[in-house]
Amino acid sequence: MKKFNLSINKIIIVLFLSIKPLYSAEMTDPIKVDWSFKGLTGTFDRASLQRGFQVYKEVCSSCHSMQYLSYRNLGESGGPEFSEAEVKAIAASFEVTDGPDSQGEMFTRPGRPSDTFVSPHPNKEAAAAANGGAYPPDMSVLVKARKGGANYIYSVLVGYEDPPPGVTLDQGVYYNKYMIGNKIKMPNNLEDGLIEYADGTVSTVDQMAKDVTTFLAWAAEPELEERHRTGVKVIIYLLLLTTLVYLSMKKIWSRIDTEV
Amino acid sequence: MSDQEYIPKSKAAKWFNDRLPLLTLGAHLTDYPTPKNLNYWWTFGGILTFCLITQIVTGIVLAMHYVAHADLAFGSVEHIMRNVNYGWLIRYIHSNGASMFFLAVYIHIFRSLFYGSYKSPREIIWILGLMIYLLMMAAAFLGYVLPWGQMSFWGATVITNLFSAIPLVGESITTWLWGAYSVDNPTLNRFFSLHYLFPFLILGLVVLHIWALHIPGNNNPVGIDIKKPSKDTVPFHPYITIKDAFALLVFMIIFAGFVFFTPNVLGHSDNYIPANPLVTPAHIVPEWYLLPFYAILRSVPDKLGGVILMFSAIFILFILPWLDTSKVRSAVFRPIYRQFFWILVIDVLMLGYVGAMPAEGVYLVLARVGTIYYFLHFIVVLPVVGLLEKTDPIPMSISEPVMTGGAEPSLARKLNEKV
Amino acid sequence: MSKEEKKVNRRDFLFTASYTIGAVGVGAVIWPMIDQMNPDKAQQALATTEVDISQVEPGKSITVLWRGKPIFVKRRTPGEIQEARAVNLDDLPDPQNDEERVKEGKDEWLVMLGVCTHLGCVPLKDKGDYNGWFCPCHGSHYDVSGRVRKGPAPTNMEIPKFEFFR
Repeated sequence: MKKFNLSINKIIIVLFLSIKPLYSAEMTDPIKVDWSFKGLTGTFDRASLQRGFQVYKEVCSSCHSMQYLSYRNLGESGGPEFSEAEVKAIAASFEVTDGPDSQGEMFTRPGRPSDTFVSPHPNKEAAAAANGGAYPPDMSVLVKARKGGANYIYSVLVGYEDPPPGVTLDQGVYYNKYMIGNKIKMPNNLEDGLIEYADGTVSTVDQMAKDVTTFLAWAAEPELEERHRTGVKVIIYLLLLTTLVYLSMKKIWSRIDTEV
Repeated sequence: MSDQEYIPKSKAAKWFNDRLPLLTLGAHLTDYPTPKNLNYWWTFGGILTFCLITQIVTGIVLAMHYVAHADLAFGSVEHIMRNVNYGWLIRYIHSNGASMFFLAVYIHIFRSLFYGSYKSPREIIWILGLMIYLLMMAAAFLGYVLPWGQMSFWGATVITNLFSAIPLVGESITTWLWGAYSVDNPTLNRFFSLHYLFPFLILGLVVLHIWALHIPGNNNPVGIDIKKPSKDTVPFHPYITIKDAFALLVFMIIFAGFVFFTPNVLGHSDNYIPANPLVTPAHIVPEWYLLPFYAILRSVPDKLGGVILMFSAIFILFILPWLDTSKVRSAVFRPIYRQFFWILVIDVLMLGYVGAMPAEGVYLVLARVGTIYYFLHFIVVLPVVGLLEKTDPIPMSISEPVMTGGAEPSLARKLNEKV
Repeated sequence: MSKEEKKVNRRDFLFTASYTIGAVGVGAVIWPMIDQMNPDKAQQALATTEVDISQVEPGKSITVLWRGKPIFVKRRTPGEIQEARAVNLDDLPDPQNDEERVKEGKDEWLVMLGVCTHLGCVPLKDKGDYNGWFCPCHGSHYDVSGRVRKGPAPTNMEIPKFEFFR
C-alpha cells in the first residue's frame, strides 16, 4: 500500500509541474532577457533606468500616460535615483494644470516633484480619439498587467516585422510577432539613433527597448529592491528561528517516549 | 478533564476567576490533553488560526488606505503600493495570505478526510469547518473584487450572474446584489462592507469549531478513541504548541517566499488593468483555490444545472459523516478507502487544472469525468466501501505500538504481518 | 548529576534564544503595522506651497491652506507694527519680540500657522481684546503679532518656515 501512495504522490507532483505551460497558441513566446532585476537579490541598473526615463519622455509620453507616478519617485532610492536638483528640473520642464485660483480659474505652472506625471491627453476618450480609436494603455503598472512581464514588453518593442504573405493589415494596424493575435495599433516608434542619450550610450533599437522596459519594470514595482532586500533578511531570520524552535521541540519531546 | 479542578493561587486571581473564568479557560487550553501521536498534518489548525489573524490585521490596516469607489479603488491600491509606509508589504501579505489560507485549509480538509475526523462524535466540528470554508470562499471572492481591476470586475460579473440561473427570481436577485443594472459602484461599496464583515463571522465560527473540538478531543492518526488524560496524551503546552510553532515557521518561510520574491505569481496579470465594463478579458479564470468548482460549473452545458451541481459539490460535504458507513475512522486501517482517497485527491487536482484551461475539447471531457467521479466518490464509493471493506486490525491503544515501532505506517505494516 | 545539569542548561539556552529571537521578529512585524499610519510619501511631498500676496492691501490678511491647515498671511499697517512692538514682554504668557516673528526688512508681513495653540481651532481675525485674533472655542486672545495674551492657549501662534521670492 505504501508503494501505491508514493507513486500517487509522484503523479501529483508531475501534475503540478505541468500546469503552467499549456496556454494560448497564437503568439510567439517572448524573448527571455537576463534582466538585472531578476532573481532573489536582483536590483535595477540605475544608468539603464535613467536612459529608460529619457526614452519614455522623448518617445512614449506623447501617447501613454503614467498617472500613478510622481516626479519625486525619480529621485527615490531603488529607482533611477536622479539627484534632487535633477528631479526638480525634470518636474519643472512640464506644464502642470493647477487650480482653481482665487478667481476660480485653472492655471498652468511649472511642475513640482510632488506632481504626478503629466498625461498627454485629458482623459481616456481623448487618448483613444487621438490614436485611431485605440487607447494607449497607462504605463504605470503595464509590466505587471501583461503576462510575460518585462520580457513581453521588450519583445513587442523589438518584434515588429513585415506581415507574412497572406496577412493583410488595415490602415493603422501593424504586424508584431509577439503581440497576442500578432496585430498591434502602436506603430514601431523606435529606430537606431533615435535618441541622443545623455550618458553617450549608442541608442540602438535593442538598447532603447531594454532601457525603457527596465524603466517600466521599475515603474510597476518601485518597491522591488526593498522587497528583495527585506525578503532575504526575513528568510534568513525565519531559517534561524525555525532551527532554534526545531531543536527546542526535539528537546521538549525527548521528555516522553514518542518521536516528534 | 483537569480544568474543573483549577483554582488560582492568588486571592485576586481567584476573585476575578470566580466572576469571569478566563484563568480556568487558560488552564484548560494549556493542559488540554492531546493525543501524542498527532503528525504534522495536524499542525494546520494552528496554521489556519495564524492565517485568519494575519488576514484580519493586514486587512484592517489596508482598509485605512483603501477607497471603495469605482473611480478611485484601483488608484487607491496603487497609492498603497507606492506611497503608504510598508504598504506594498502589507498588501502583498494580504493578497498572498488568501492563497496561503486556502492552501492550509485544503490540507486541513483532506487530513480530515484521510483520518476520518468528520465521523462521530465530531460531525458538528466538521459542519462548522465547512461553514468556515464557505465563508472563506465568499470573503476571498469579495476581496478579489476590491482592487477593481479587470479580473475583479469580470469575476464579480460572472459570480453574481450565477444567481440569475435561479428560475423566476434569479434576475431580481442579481440586480439586488448589484444595486445597479450591472456590477457598478454600489456593488463595489457593499462588497467592501461585506468583505470587512465576513472575517469576523469566520472568527466566531472558529471559536465554535475549537469549542466543539474540545468536547470529544482531537482525533488522531490511529483514529481510535483514547482516554484523557492518559499515557496516550500530552498536555497541549508545551508539546503541541512547540510543534505547531515549528510547522508554522516552515509555513511562513514558504509564505515569505511568495510575498517577497514572486508576489504576483498566484494572481492574474489582467487584474492590473483597471476595470473596463466594455471589454472582457480573453481568458477569464477565478483564483486557483476556486478552480475545481469552476470546472464543475463549466462541465454542465445547462446554466441552472451547472450552478446546482457546483453548489452541490460543496453541500454534499455537509452530509459526509452520514454517507460514510465505515466504523473505522483512520484510512491507515482502510486499505480500499485509502486508494479511493488518493483518487479523490488526484480528481480534485485535475478539476483544478482543467478549471484553468479553456472549456473545450479534451479539457471538457476531463472536467466531466472528474465531476462524475467527485460525486460518485461521496454518493457511491463511501457508503459501499464502508460496508464491504475488510479493514486492518486496529490497535487497542496508541502507546503500545508507538513504543515499539514509532510512526504509524510501520505500525500498520507490523499489524498486517501479524495477521 | 552534572550531566543532567548540563542538559538543563542547554535546554534553557535554547528556549531563551527561541523566545528572544521570536520576540525580535514579532517586534519587527509590529513596526510596519504602526508606521503605515504615519504620513505617507505623497503627504510628505506636499511640504511646500506658493502664495501670491501681491493683491493683499495693508491692514488686510488672506488665509491659505498648507498641509491641511490654514496659514494666515497678514499685511500689517505701520500702526499695527508699532502697537505690536510697544508691548511690554513681561505682560506676555509666552514672551517673544515681534521682530523674532517676522522677516527682517519685511516687517509688515506676518505669516503664521492659523491654529490656536490650545486645542487646534482656527482663531477669528480682528476679534478679541488685543486687536488681533480671538479663538471662539475656549476664548484665547492673540495680539497683532499672533502672540497669546489671555486665555488657555499656552504659546504664541506658530511661525512656519517661509521665504519671499520674486
